[in-house]
Amino acid sequence: MTQYIVRRFLGLFPTLFIIITISFFIIRVAPGGPFAREKELPPQVLENIEKKYNMDEPLLVQYGMYMYDIIRGDLGPSFRYMDRDVNYYIFNSLPASMLLGLVSLSIALVLGITSGVVSALRQNRLADYLSMSVAVIGISVPLFVIGPVLMYFLSIRLQLLPTSGWIGGRNGLKPLIMPAITLAFPYFAYIARLTRASVIEVLRSDYIRTARAKGLRESVIIFKHVLKGALLPVVSYLGPAFAGIVTGSVVVEQIFRVPGLGRFFVQSAFNRDYTLIMGTVIVFSAILIVMNFLVDIVYALLDPRISYK
Amino acid sequence: MSEKVLSDPILRVRDLQTHFKTDAGVVKAVDGVSFDLHKGETLGIVGESGSGKSVTNLSLMRLIPSPPGRIVGGEVMFHDTDLMSISDREMRQIRGNRISMIFQDPMTSLNPFLRVSTQLIETIRLHQGLSKRAARAQAVEMLSMVGIPKPEARIEQYPHQFSGGMRQRVMIAMALSCNPEILIADEPTTALDVTIQAQILEIIQRLADELGTAVIMITHDLGVVAGMCDNVAVMYAGKIVEKGTTRELFADPKHPYTKGLIHSVPRLDQDHQERLFSIEGQPPNLIGLPDACPFYPRCDSVMDICKQKYPASEDLSATRAVNCWLYKEHENKEAGLVEQR
Repeated sequence: MTQYIVRRFLGLFPTLFIIITISFFIIRVAPGGPFAREKELPPQVLENIEKKYNMDEPLLVQYGMYMYDIIRGDLGPSFRYMDRDVNYYIFNSLPASMLLGLVSLSIALVLGITSGVVSALRQNRLADYLSMSVAVIGISVPLFVIGPVLMYFLSIRLQLLPTSGWIGGRNGLKPLIMPAITLAFPYFAYIARLTRASVIEVLRSDYIRTARAKGLRESVIIFKHVLKGALLPVVSYLGPAFAGIVTGSVVVEQIFRVPGLGRFFVQSAFNRDYTLIMGTVIVFSAILIVMNFLVDIVYALLDPRISYK
Repeated sequence: MSEKVLSDPILRVRDLQTHFKTDAGVVKAVDGVSFDLHKGETLGIVGESGSGKSVTNLSLMRLIPSPPGRIVGGEVMFHDTDLMSISDREMRQIRGNRISMIFQDPMTSLNPFLRVSTQLIETIRLHQGLSKRAARAQAVEMLSMVGIPKPEARIEQYPHQFSGGMRQRVMIAMALSCNPEILIADEPTTALDVTIQAQILEIIQRLADELGTAVIMITHDLGVVAGMCDNVAVMYAGKIVEKGTTRELFADPKHPYTKGLIHSVPRLDQDHQERLFSIEGQPPNLIGLPDACPFYPRCDSVMDICKQKYPASEDLSATRAVNCWLYKEHENKEAGLVEQR
């Protein structure tokens, strides 16, 4: 097991390397460039700028220089915001997205698993219909509807929470609440449905019939015999979900003016800000592959049938 | 055998009815089943797939998934307790403790996520209130009783580290760990290799004898019945059509279905050129069965009355009963129906 973990961990680096390489070249293939404007720059100016960012070198040389920087932990200067480099933008905005994402995911997990289990146990009864209706709303109604609706009721009508902004100001932690609830909604909905389906399946299995035949209490059956197996699909979903949620949601961050990373995904692409695009891609994919790695380990801990040799 | 029959039964099932609601209609999976089980007796319940053998026994334990299943009628007296009317809590104290079960497929009947020790110990602790240590010692002893080598080490393993036969041994150990009065074995050998089957049956029989446990052996294998059952009940379409001691039933089957069943067992002294015997036709659809004998479409002794009314059980002797119009001749004569064949 330890050997497996070490080997899998070392395998993360080549994966990341391949992702960086492919992204680097694909981005360069896209038409336009960071300095393309509606009104073209004078050739002399353009040449100077390109020289400053080493863009006058052949692409392969640029790639080599970029990789060298990356290995030293430097994501390079932004092509658009010339006074700051990419590290600054990412590491100043990632914490807000991470905090928001973690809180949202925790809400989604706790509520999703609880209502999924309750639904499964009360299959086709009122509690089931209620929580699954909420889940359908969560999956089908977009965030840009849920956000403003919450804002209307909680901030404008009830005056409970600030409409937007971020923690640390005079509102304390309050500004975190609404974006967290909004962002949690679709994840909650998905986890609830996943849990429900999976619990129902496990409840029908032979080994649960055995557990009942042994005279175990229903609560023991659920917590000891059902949940371990039923949560495996949720665990596999958590890897990608975590990577997605902690790198920020463009929509939620825009609505609630959260100073997170999400906006850079869109802005940098519009601006052809090569290094900033690469920065967001690297952060996202690094988190994603690390999460998938962790999911595999958790899987092995939950399911004894999986042995890693 | 006779003493087993003469003592009061520990389990009396009367007119048990279990129905399943489906989109197509109500399936009467168990339709008026009655039988007795005595201390130390081994009762075989035989029948085709879908004849209601398993549902009968799951109903005794109140383990029918509901919905769609529902026990709609009948009485199951376990000593002086009607299992159908006690609370869930009281029922749980009986399950796995005084009546326990083993199932058909040992590959899926143990929880793959929990160690064998956890699964064995939780039953023992639940019903006997032992300390963890004592329960563990007893679990190890049970494993060695069912013939699992190195039980001390094996108990810490997970089910997937056991073969099918070994898992069924674990199931037996688990079922017998609280010294139950009744063991219900639901086709315990169907999913196993033939060589393992004999071993498993031998273990069940030996332990049941040692512990004085009565066994209900559900099977479609007449060889199993002949080998280990004292008495047999034959089920067809949710009903018991014939009951008797194993000897009587094999030597002199009464019901045409029982005759067919016994006749379908291939024999070594048979001419190899001869085709194997089989009962013509298919078991009936259990939805909306009329009040007729469900076997009449496949019966070669069918009479008019068979299509009109289901025959009540007729006691032929103290140990023998059959539900067939052929054995109700006096009634038939009165009704003037017997000559119309």
